[in-house]
Amino acid sequence: MTRKTTTYFVIILLVVGAVIWVNLPSSSIHIGNFVRDLETKLGLDLRGGMQVVLEVDLPADSEVTTQSMEDAKTIFENRANGLGVSEVVFQVAGNRRIVGEFPGLTNTEEVISVLRQVGQLAFVPMGKTPIAEGTTVNVDLAQLTGGTSTIPTTTPEANPDGTATTETPTLSAIMTGSDLTKVGVTQDQLGNYEIAFELSDHGKQVFADFTSAHVGDILGIVLDNKVISTPQIQSAITEGSGVIQGSFTLDTANALAIQLRYGSLPVPFVVAESRVVGPTLGSESLQKSLIAGLIGLFIVMLFMGLFYRVPGLIADLAIIIFAGITISVYKLIPVTLTMAGIAGFLLSTGSALDANILIFERMKEELRNGRSVKQAVGLGFQRAWPSIRDSNIATLITSLILFWFGSQYGATIVKGFAVTLFLGIAISLFTALMVTRTLLTILFDRVKPTNLARWFGI
Amino acid sequence: MIDILGKRYWFFALSLLIILPGMILWAKNGLPLAIDFTGGSILEVSFASGQAPDNAEVFNLYQSQGITDVQVQPTGEKDVLIIRTPFLDETQQAQMIKAMESTYNDKVTIRTADSVGPTVGQEVASRAAMAVAIAGLAVVLYVTYAFRGIPHALRYGICAIIAMLHDILIVMSLVNIGGKFFGWQVDSMFLTALLTVIGFSVQDKIVVFDRIRENTAVLRRLPFETLVNHSIVQTLQRSINTQLMTVEFMLLSLALFGGVTLREFAVILLVGLLSGTYSSIFIAAPSLVVWEKKEWRTWFKSNKPRTATS
Repeated sequence: MTRKTTTYFVIILLVVGAVIWVNLPSSSIHIGNFVRDLETKLGLDLRGGMQVVLEVDLPADSEVTTQSMEDAKTIFENRANGLGVSEVVFQVAGNRRIVGEFPGLTNTEEVISVLRQVGQLAFVPMGKTPIAEGTTVNVDLAQLTGGTSTIPTTTPEANPDGTATTETPTLSAIMTGSDLTKVGVTQDQLGNYEIAFELSDHGKQVFADFTSAHVGDILGIVLDNKVISTPQIQSAITEGSGVIQGSFTLDTANALAIQLRYGSLPVPFVVAESRVVGPTLGSESLQKSLIAGLIGLFIVMLFMGLFYRVPGLIADLAIIIFAGITISVYKLIPVTLTMAGIAGFLLSTGSALDANILIFERMKEELRNGRSVKQAVGLGFQRAWPSIRDSNIATLITSLILFWFGSQYGATIVKGFAVTLFLGIAISLFTALMVTRTLLTILFDRVKPTNLARWFGI
Repeated sequence: MIDILGKRYWFFALSLLIILPGMILWAKNGLPLAIDFTGGSILEVSFASGQAPDNAEVFNLYQSQGITDVQVQPTGEKDVLIIRTPFLDETQQAQMIKAMESTYNDKVTIRTADSVGPTVGQEVASRAAMAVAIAGLAVVLYVTYAFRGIPHALRYGICAIIAMLHDILIVMSLVNIGGKFFGWQVDSMFLTALLTVIGFSVQDKIVVFDRIRENTAVLRRLPFETLVNHSIVQTLQRSINTQLMTVEFMLLSLALFGGVTLREFAVILLVGLLSGTYSSIFIAAPSLVVWEKKEWRTWFKSNKPRTATS
């Protein structure tokens, strides 16, 4: 074995080892904050669930900023938390749409009504003891009617009916989110993040009255009956603007600012599309198709072995390694597998096979022309290389363009197809050129076949 | 050696024969677009009693609720109905479920419920078409670059794209015919299949062209037509094996044993990818010869036999 072949062989062994490790059921990666559980992620069309496409409800030529799309996405995520299911994913698709995916859910009406609900933001006095963030409370808006500036006196400790504490506490609001005119994230002199806000005239009046009488009290902020923040009143706020301090990171400060700014969405949305894929339909179809795929693969490998003999068997091994690497890469990135994604994977498997076939056909030609086995192996790869290179580069270019278009315009099918195709083609180049070639070189270094018919099927 | 190129106009005619019926159906009936592209709602419901009401009854119920243009389809199962309507939002959909439950005194379960607004699908389709067009252009540029060492490099890229368009037309024809006879639809699965066919087609053309590129350097004395024919025959075994293995074996097993939802998809891929290999040999390479000989000058002139000499 030459040094180069040995190096390649070691690399292949290392890659195969890594592939096996990634595919062990218990593997997961923890590097600092980076955690990856190495599960295969299935798209909605394969596992069942619901997809909702929300579209900006403004004339087509009106400008919608990226910021407001991102804010809207955050708000939808918050609202969807109310559904109590995990793995809900929202994605901004293009510049006017947000796609929400709800695995396992089928109740269209409920999901959409939760997404539609307008956030109700309220400022409620909590006396001296803050209620833990995340607690669900009832908000009584009765005090607000008529826009009067009556200052409520009720505090949670003074629940009028004196009910047991296990019940959801009812709090009276002094002001709602509609009185906030401006909310932003700023930094104080020490560099801590804080949230600055300005109030409407009505809000200014309410705040001035309340805060001057209750310095030191907690003024809780409640969004959709959930306590999101419990700042303490440090001093009377009479000029209609103030800041909320707390141990915020930039992200948490932004998130709270978004919640404050928009009890409702920055731009109006309509439901443009909703689909339910029955989970049984998905999984039954998936299982059958998986088995069918395995049968197909088995026939292909059998044929390769029969037609190309020893090189064919080595190609079979290379294809198994190809599939292993590809699946591992899907898990590492992670790539969510959809129907279109599987199509891209199959096409790249075809391309990996084609590379082997091209090489073997060339090898046979060289053998028929009377070359030695070693020469034929070398020439086979050398002659087949330009066609493998150019055809695969063309496919890589195609998949890059499809990917760019797919993500730019939110065509998720096109994108899913392009991702798996691109990865598959790149990996197939590695397996065809490195795995097949190295194994063949090692084999024919040790064995000198004399019966060409039996070894190569000529 | 087999003379493939000599019969090139026969192969062109064969392709036309497959493409034309579908195109006529397309022109007559329009594409069988699914709601993915037209907008609308599909509701698949099952009835707990095990017996779905009559199609006509459900149709009338929808009419009475002011929803016109309703299609009620029975399925293979007795308790399941598919109801196609114009776009209904989730409240209307829920209302109809309630109406069915109270009218038929039965428990109605939603199996699938799809609602697509009219604009979404059209945009997806036109953008996918745009992406393919740009990718096609990029392929022409790349092939021209990769074949720069031999004369008329640009022709190879353009002929590859012509053959790719041929494959697209074959698939379009197939879906129109399937739409007419088996109720096939152009949906997002179809789009996926089409993308796959396009990807495969381009890759296969370049493999065959590569042999012409290689032979051009070695066999400079041969007439172009002989050289191309020679190259096709040399790559024939590879074309057959690749087609058999990567395509037919995998897809046939998918079509035969796979889930029902995949069957239409598998058949379209099967034909499309077969066409991808076919067109490399019988469309793309012959087009190069037609171009080289500028044969279009004789197309409309006389009744001379078109099968060319060599």
